[in-house]
Amino acid sequence: MDGIFLQQTINGLTLGAVYGLIAIGYTMVYGIIGMINFAHGEVYMISAYLSAITLAILASFGLESFPLLILGTLLFTIAITGVYGWVIERVAYKPLRNSTRLAPLISAIGMSLVLQNYVQISQGARQQGVPTLLEGAFKLHIGEGFVQLTYTKVFILIAAFVGMALLTYVIQYTKLGRMCRATQQDRKMASILGINTDRVISYVFVIGAAMAALAGVLITMNYGTFDFYAGFIIGIKAFTAAVLGGIGSLPGAMLGGLILGVAESQFSSMVNTDYKDVFSFSLLVLILIFRPQGLLGRPHVAKV
Amino acid sequence: MSSAIANNPMDIKKSLVDAVLAGLISLIVFGPIVGVVLDGYQYNLEIDRVAMIVGVVMLGRFALSLFLQTAKGMAMLASFESSDSGVHVLAPDYKSRLRWIIPMLIVIAMIFPIFASKYLLTVVILGLIYVLLGLGLNIVVGLAGLLDLGYVAFYAIGAYGLALGYEYLGLGFWTVLPLAALAAAMAGALLGFPVLRMHGDYLAIVTLGFGEIIRLVLNNWLEFTGGPNGMSVPSPSFMGLEFTRRAKDGGVPFHEFFGFSYNPSMKFIFIYLVLFLVVMLVLYIKHRLTRMPVGRAWEALREDEIACRAMGLNHVLVKLSAFMIGASTAGLAGVFFASYQGFVNPASFTFFESALILAIVVLGGMGSTVGVVLAAFMLTVAPELLRTFAEYRVLLFGILMVLMMIWRPRGLIRVSRSGVVPRKGVAP
Repeated sequence: MDGIFLQQTINGLTLGAVYGLIAIGYTMVYGIIGMINFAHGEVYMISAYLSAITLAILASFGLESFPLLILGTLLFTIAITGVYGWVIERVAYKPLRNSTRLAPLISAIGMSLVLQNYVQISQGARQQGVPTLLEGAFKLHIGEGFVQLTYTKVFILIAAFVGMALLTYVIQYTKLGRMCRATQQDRKMASILGINTDRVISYVFVIGAAMAALAGVLITMNYGTFDFYAGFIIGIKAFTAAVLGGIGSLPGAMLGGLILGVAESQFSSMVNTDYKDVFSFSLLVLILIFRPQGLLGRPHVAKV
Repeated sequence: MSSAIANNPMDIKKSLVDAVLAGLISLIVFGPIVGVVLDGYQYNLEIDRVAMIVGVVMLGRFALSLFLQTAKGMAMLASFESSDSGVHVLAPDYKSRLRWIIPMLIVIAMIFPIFASKYLLTVVILGLIYVLLGLGLNIVVGLAGLLDLGYVAFYAIGAYGLALGYEYLGLGFWTVLPLAALAAAMAGALLGFPVLRMHGDYLAIVTLGFGEIIRLVLNNWLEFTGGPNGMSVPSPSFMGLEFTRRAKDGGVPFHEFFGFSYNPSMKFIFIYLVLFLVVMLVLYIKHRLTRMPVGRAWEALREDEIACRAMGLNHVLVKLSAFMIGASTAGLAGVFFASYQGFVNPASFTFFESALILAIVVLGGMGSTVGVVLAAFMLTVAPELLRTFAEYRVLLFGILMVLMMIWRPRGLIRVSRSGVVPRKGVAP
């Protein structure tokens, strides 16, 4: 029992760290333009494809050392996915800055359909995969059973932590971060003070996409398989994580991701695996009903 | 001012730079995904596809850039800024041409099944089912401004209501039809009541989650719903007369009772006629509702919630009524869909279905009835006719939704409202 509980907690933390990375994209975009970026799950899906493509290309050049492979994959995937984030914002959201309230949401759903179908057409509908990159595991004996902590999971936890720390540094201590926070607090005032808010919004989309790309590489490493539809479910779950932590709050997104990941893993081991998605979605509905401001967020106040 | 702009020479160099930049970005974006196709842990290169896409993007950007420099393009760009102006008010004595067209259409629709082939009939039935769905969602999204992304859940409640009602309670088409509308409305109320108090965008996510929960439960509850294998649905009957060649349990089938020969498309003619009547009824109800205080309240709430609440409108009840009426319409559509297919399974109720219905509402025009009817037929019948493009169907829907939001967020057909002349002796 203890062994299983600990094992599921470890699995949940790995999963949750990745949810947290994707949730950052939702929470930053929501914080800055007050819009749910439905296409964000698709950005993650694209990064999963990109990471598999990079791995295949690098492997065809005969590259075999893990650090070089993973470094190359991360750099390439994050760069290209960042461009995706920029293009999506430029094409589907920027022209709608002054439009009706529903317009960007519907446009985002359209964008998400476009991305899904475009990947399906160009890569085919079948499941894709990557080979296992890191083999081996730490084994801990606890009571009757044992807990297995694979090197892949250790790497994921470290990489996710480094990614979040880097982002926190950028947001808290750099000029770009200050501009982001100013724009989030008051877009009109920020632009009066000489901040190019349109550009800041673009940066936010790029940062969100880059975080999703990191998550994409890590999830692909962990599970090995994915398909063009993968972004939908993970997207909703990451959004749940963002809402759980308090939408608009960066530490909230990370905390929400970890809590959701652990809760989901424990639920699927203790209750039922088939209903683990139902559990996450029900959690989302319940949080939104009873505590829409989340754990670390501020309540929404409408200003006239 | 505008002539000065028109006389300006075209800046072709700027357009070229734009085109090259767009080409570079599309090369970065499309290059890896389109050009490197995964094949197991290997890959195949498809350079020609990338070259084609980049070429198309560059040409398109060049043409767009040139067009936007002309007077017409500038006028179009300026019209985007004011694209969210409100409804169009007609002159008080304006008489729509529709009052001739509608009776004609009704007559054509009533005699249509006599001549139509079975295939054509099924396509039109599907179109009408989407008209019903579109009308229902149009009340929720178009009139009340609540983005419901789990609309398909209510559709599933209707369809599974018929299948489960027959399986466990022995209910037929006619009993389930009102019950399904009621059950869907109840589900709408149950979901809507706690949710409608909160911020608008969250509603979209909650309904999306709700839609997925319903689908996952239908998919996983094997012993009750048959899981992914689905359930069979009984054929509808008319006054206890069945539309099969031979009736079950020694009954008399429809064609023997009325003394004509058996026709396999009779079931579809029956569904078509009932469906047509229901669509007409819903159209009429919706037409009346938009002129009633509750309809006005929906639209007012869509435009400015804070102002409405300040005027003393109970926003939860007003939203809830829209949500419930929309849900019950979807429930009705679900019953028709189930008996038309003769079979239901969870694969018919995915998120894509919700997105398709949303695309109908968006294309037709938020709040416009005629637009929704046209859009429903366009989006459901056109893919049937253009089977070769089936692969690109979703892609086209997505592009359509983005472009519509940029170009005409209020839909292709503007909502218009008849004007009122003040009575004599009343100050204007």
